[in-house]
Amino acid sequence: MLVLGLAAMSLNFLLGFTGVLSFGHAAYFGLGAYGAGLTLKFVAASTPLALLSGMLLGGICGALLGTLIVRRRGVYFAMVTIAFGQVFYYIAFQWSSLTGGDDGLRGFSRQPIDFGLFKLDILSNANNFYYFVLFCFALVVAAMGFILRSPFGRTMIAIRENERRSRFLGIPVERHIWIAFSLSCFFMGFAGALYALVNNFADPRGLHYSQSGDFVMMAVMGGMRSFWGPLLGAAVFVVLQDYLSSITVNWMSFVGLLFVLVVLFFPRGLLGFIQRSKT
Amino acid sequence: MKVLEIKNVTKRFGNLVAVRDVSLDVGKGELCAIIGPNGAGKTTFFNLISGFFPPTSGSIAFDGRDITRLATHERVTLGMARTFQITEIFPELTVFQNVRIAAEVAGGYRLRPWINRSEAAQIHARVEETLHLVSLESKADRLVGELAHGDQRAAEIAMALALQPHLLLLDEPTAGMGDQETYQITQLIRRLHRDSNYTIVLIEHDMRVVFHLADRICVLDQGRMLGQGTPKEIAANETVQAAYLGTAA
Repeated sequence: MLVLGLAAMSLNFLLGFTGVLSFGHAAYFGLGAYGAGLTLKFVAASTPLALLSGMLLGGICGALLGTLIVRRRGVYFAMVTIAFGQVFYYIAFQWSSLTGGDDGLRGFSRQPIDFGLFKLDILSNANNFYYFVLFCFALVVAAMGFILRSPFGRTMIAIRENERRSRFLGIPVERHIWIAFSLSCFFMGFAGALYALVNNFADPRGLHYSQSGDFVMMAVMGGMRSFWGPLLGAAVFVVLQDYLSSITVNWMSFVGLLFVLVVLFFPRGLLGFIQRSKT
Repeated sequence: MKVLEIKNVTKRFGNLVAVRDVSLDVGKGELCAIIGPNGAGKTTFFNLISGFFPPTSGSIAFDGRDITRLATHERVTLGMARTFQITEIFPELTVFQNVRIAAEVAGGYRLRPWINRSEAAQIHARVEETLHLVSLESKADRLVGELAHGDQRAAEIAMALALQPHLLLLDEPTAGMGDQETYQITQLIRRLHRDSNYTIVLIEHDMRVVFHLADRICVLDQGRMLGQGTPKEIAANETVQAAYLGTAA
């Protein structure tokens, strides 16, 4: 849940604060997962290295494709991001020898973290692992919050609010969107790497555009103009999914219904609604 | 010294020639007003100066440097700021935040992921100073989108001023304003020109404003420069009167 929340917040870094909708962000999430999994399986039994390589794989792929994407706007931006996302999905799906294809990547597991003085066992001790994930979550969220409060973060918001005005203030809009997109992909890759560690498994469906859609739903449902909204959205989404899927196979229709209601009646999302009713 | 040197610019959109062979020099500290009937190509001419699109032919120099092919944000970095006929602001941010973004970009902080105390204090001081200049300091914490039209225009001018430009381009600063607001904005522009010595080019429909403010007036009609001169010369110019002032009076 925390990990999906982190992914939704990474997406929202772009969607809510720069104002461009990426519909292919699951690709960078999935790439992060595969990056971590492949590292553990083939390169070295090191959890920090796995996280780092997952983040770099997602982030660098995002940064490279970002150069092709950032000139598009609106629907076209969303379509191009879907297209590139699906490219990665089919690579993960077809390249069975490396990725395990449809079955996903198995045969790796997170490793104890060696701090020199002592080892932190995060494989068998679930408590330790939970705090480790929480720590990683806090680290990335702090980084996002820090950037959003900076002059650069304010130019992102400026672009969201009024692109033409931003341009005529001397902001090279495309370059700034590219940086925001790349940063968002790095965060997404990190979330994906964590996800692989949680499950000891990387799934090609984690790259599929329907997964991207889930992230967008979490962000919008929770409130994309607020920093913490997507976390709430992810929580609601996961709880509903767990609860409803045990009752009906059509659980997605109910989640969809809730999504529609939120969009129609609480345009600022659930968190925006809660904040407003407080004041 | 010339701030702006425009030589024989032409802009075609397909078969339509929106601006035809127009030349204009603007000296330092000068206030030049561009007038002309609707569809005369005034805003297209402005868009050529500010880099919204490049001219089909001709050249534009700014502070002695050829900028004909430069992108908008590069021209802004060189010291050119503009406002729009329809106000372009960040409506969901406060007046202070609007101007701060401009001040930070002008200060070269736009890519910085952090800002230290003394830099932030400097930016803060510059924003306050700019807000004082346009008399918006009492509304600094209001959302710009909630302000009256005249105050929104003033906020947009404040953003342009926070860029510390050598050249200020104002596209119909009094558009859509009542008499009182028009008077206030006119006084503001007059102060900027007389007291702060800004070089200003503006497009304006309101002839009282134009004749009150301008050192020089340029008349555009059907994309052509019909004539330019001091307000007195323009008022006496027969071609101009026939084409424009005659119909307006």
